[in-house]
This record gives sequence, C-alpha cells and structure tokens, in this order.
Amino acid sequence: MPESVEQPPPLLEVRDLKVYYPIHGGLMRRVVDQVKAVDGVSFAVPKGTTVGLVGESGSGKTTIGRSIIKLAPMTSGQIFYADSPPLAESDLPPSEPKQTYYDNTLGDASSSAPPGMKDIGAMTRPAFFPYRKKIQMVFQDPFNSLNPRMTIEQIISEPLDIHFPAWDKAKKSARILDLLGKVNLPADSRSRYPHEFSGGQRQRIGIARALAVEPEFIICDEPVSALDVSVQAQIVNLLQDLQEELGLTYLFIAHDLAVVEHISDFVLVMNQGKLVEQATSEEIYSNPQDPYTKKLLAAVPSL
Amino acid sequence: MPLLDVKDLKINFQGRDRVTEAVKGISFHLDEGKTLAVVGESGSGKSVTAMSLTRLLPEPPTCQISGEIFLRGQDVLKMPKRDLRSIRGKEIAYIFQEPSTSLNPVFTVGYQIAEAIKLHVPEERDVPGRVVNALRQVGIRDPEKRYKAYPHEMSGGMQQRVMIAMALACEPKILVADEPTTALDVTIQAQIMELLKELRQKHTMSIILITHNFGIIKDFADEVLVMFRGQIVESGPTEEVLGNPQHPYTKALIACIPRLGAKQHRLTTIDHESLVG
Repeated sequence: MPESVEQPPPLLEVRDLKVYYPIHGGLMRRVVDQVKAVDGVSFAVPKGTTVGLVGESGSGKTTIGRSIIKLAPMTSGQIFYADSPPLAESDLPPSEPKQTYYDNTLGDASSSAPPGMKDIGAMTRPAFFPYRKKIQMVFQDPFNSLNPRMTIEQIISEPLDIHFPAWDKAKKSARILDLLGKVNLPADSRSRYPHEFSGGQRQRIGIARALAVEPEFIICDEPVSALDVSVQAQIVNLLQDLQEELGLTYLFIAHDLAVVEHISDFVLVMNQGKLVEQATSEEIYSNPQDPYTKKLLAAVPSL
Repeated sequence: MPLLDVKDLKINFQGRDRVTEAVKGISFHLDEGKTLAVVGESGSGKSVTAMSLTRLLPEPPTCQISGEIFLRGQDVLKMPKRDLRSIRGKEIAYIFQEPSTSLNPVFTVGYQIAEAIKLHVPEERDVPGRVVNALRQVGIRDPEKRYKAYPHEMSGGMQQRVMIAMALACEPKILVADEPTTALDVTIQAQIMELLKELRQKHTMSIILITHNFGIIKDFADEVLVMFRGQIVESGPTEEVLGNPQHPYTKALIACIPRLGAKQHRLTTIDHESLVG
C-alpha cells in the first residue's frame, strides 16, 4: 500500500500468511502433496477504511477472510490486530475472570508485533474470543447462511447470547429493534422466518447479525454476488452508510472489480494464492500493473 | 413467419387465498438466428415466461396460462402433453441459472448428456462419441476423461459448460439461457458469453437470454425486452434501448450498475413505488 501522511493506523495487519491444505493419498493416507490456498500474503487494513480483495474463485480470497477469524486453519504467518481498551466489566461473562481473556498464550510471537497490536493469529480460540466480537463476518449466500428454522429475532440475538450473556431479555429485544431499523427492515420482521424474505432482505438480516455485537471490523465475503444489480446497489449503499455512521472498517471480498472499485479505498488483487497487485482503487483502474489485473478489468462488462 | 410468436401471454399462480399475476399479457416474437434479451429484476416474470414456452410450469389449477405461444405456427399451449417431449430439448433447450443444482449429482456428466441424445436422436449409433464431441465443443479439455466425471468434481464454470453441452447436444432451434452467468466469476462470465456467441454462429440458433444485468447484453443481443412486474415496459433493438432508454425503469436499471472509473459517492437505486405511480 502506498505510504501517505494521513493514512490512519492499521486495524489489521497480515504478514506472510500461508494456508496450505494437505492432500492425502497412498496406502496409509499419508500427505502426498499440498494445496497452497494462500501462499505468503501480506497486507494491512487501515482503521475506518475499506480494503477490497478481488480475484477469481479459487484464488484464495475467501480463505484469507476465514483464517482471520479462525474459521480456516493457518499454516504460518502472523495476523496482528489493534489492541483496543478492555471491554466494560458488565459486558463480560460474569463467572470468568477478565484476566484470562487478555492472556496471550504465545508470548514470544507477539514480541514482533507492531506497537499497540497483538498477534491474533497465534492465539488459542479462548484467547481469541474477545477479538471475535470485534471482527464479524457477512457471508456470500443469503439463502444458506441463515438458519431456516430460526426466526429473525433468534438469528440476530444469537451473537448477543454468546458475547453479552449478562444482558436481559428487554435489553436484547431493544437492541434487535434498533438493528432492524439500522438495516431498513420493518420491526415486524423479528418474528418471521428467513424464507419469507427476498435475497436482498436476507442479506440485510445477515448484516444486522454481524452488527449486533458492535464490531469494529467486518469481513464481507462476496456480500452482493448473489443479488440482482438493483438490490446490489442498495446493499452497497447500506454498507457505506453504516460505515459512515459507525466508523466501521471493511475487508470487502468480491470478484466483481466494478463493485470493489466503487466501495474500496484500497484494492488487493489475488491470483492463485498470491497477491499480484495492491494499490488505491483509482490507481488500479487507471494504471493496472499486473497482467492478471488487466485481464480482470477487461472481463468487466461495460455499457 | 417468426420462429416463435408469443401473443398476450398471461400467467397466474393460484395461492391459498389469492391469485398472483406473474405475467400480465405480454407479446413478443423471435426470428430465426436472432438473439432476444429479456431484462428485469427477480420477480419481474422473466423466468416464468421462459418456462411457459415448453410448459414446464405446474398444471392448472396451481398455474393458469392463457394466450398463444406459436412455435413455427403450432400453438404449444394447445398441444397434447405427449407431444411436448419432442419440443423440450429438441426444439427449445434450456440452460438454467445454477449449474450446481441443475445437474444430477449421482450420475456422471457424460451419462446425463447421453440421456438427452438417446431420447431425441434414437438413430444415433455412437452416443458416447457424440457426447465427447459436445463436451469438446464447449471447450472442456480432455473430454474422454471428463465423460466419467461427476458434477462435484468440476468447477462452476465447467459445470455451466456441461449444461451448455447438454442443451446443444440435440441441436435445438432455440436456446433459452436463464441467467447463465449469474453464479459465475466475471472472467468465467466473459468466457461463457464468448462461447455462446461462437456456438450461436456455428449452429444458427436463436437465443433467448434472460438476465438482470444490462452489462452483458451489449454486444450479444439483437433485441431487448425490459420486464417490470409482469409487463413489458420497453422493447426494441439493443443499441436503441441501451443508448436512449425511454421508460424510467429501464433508465434506473441501467443507472444502478457500478461503472469502472466513474466513481460515484453512492450507487443509484430503484424506487419501485414511484414507478408504479
């Protein structure tokens, strides 16, 4: 990313991230080869900005998003996240001592961390737990990422039950109403089921669920690829409004360069597990360097 | 005489306590070798229209179709049911939106393509050979090997190629492509559209392309129909509709596509209520 004076401090920094999947074969199901899904990727996401991550399917962009929140195992590398002030006492689960949440299990790994950042990649899942609340995800397919047997209220309150177990019913209920308003859904949607909503509305529900625990950072994994162009525009606008209102930081994963260029401040282009280009969105469009970026740009249909 | 002539087509779905008018009396025609694009948002009735062409919709009373659909002068809606089989796949073939759910997961792709050939071209002696040719034609490498592959062993782009191979195996006169690239990456989308262009020329087919994206029809379709809430709001040659859209809905649909290089602060959205008036 180009150096500039006004650039805000990074909220997330990924260094030399590698995610390899073993291929088992032969008599004893030994590891015979590896699939290098992500192969040595480094980038930073400045606070309050949107970083777009583009590439074809299979290029490893989703794997990066998933490994940041430990939904995919990382093979090596470091993921640093800004260490913000501790949570209010009342927000923590009452029984467990607050101390354990901030114990970095691998003290050595964090020694190379930039000032004010912690290596979340090296943390165990319990140590990572408080960060999981700060980093949320919006998934690609609004038809498969909502449980069909849960009402919208249950879907949105699930993250609240996990991260704010001390909250009472009334507080949760008020929060859900507030969230539905934020994503422009009617208040009576709370008692309805996912099948009663259109694709765009379901994606709004997914966004409300991600916003429920007041995250700082949202990983949007192809949030608009499954939607009609007109609905796509609504969701992109909603994400931008929410960013302005709540000061969110986005990692926006997509394969459509036109959408990414529109929403992002910086763009990372991936091909076969490697970053082939990173630049501001204006530069990527006006002066693409890598042949693969040029190919992606050429594939965007123009009117 | 046009190859396909649709007159005052109405499609109603009977719900438990109400009737949904999905298509409210539309007329259009398709000439031999031409490409017609049907553009509209989800729910505008474009897919139902396409399915009605070979009566793939549920039977009455669930679904009532009225109007006339002439395929070479013969009304499809008045045809006896057993004759429909000779039209489906043979005269009018479909490529559906989601290749991963349209293919049968428990049969090899070769078997599924062979099924169509055995039904429509019973005189064919070398069915496997024809399947391999169909696979080669859509740009699948190593077609002899891929014959025995199951759908899950292929990527989305490859699965869509198999769907196209299956649709073209019996050399249909009309190919209905229902959002053939919506589920695919932009680079693959460009490849599939190129492939369709090439095959259209080779086989002199007519194509009905259904899409919600104006972007992909520009160099592809001869004529465009814009559908909104079951009605055609605008139609005409592609350059005319794209270059000088008349209806506010068409304008809105074109405006909401994000454009490379033209950084707007917000994307344009469609205010449906104002369009209904």
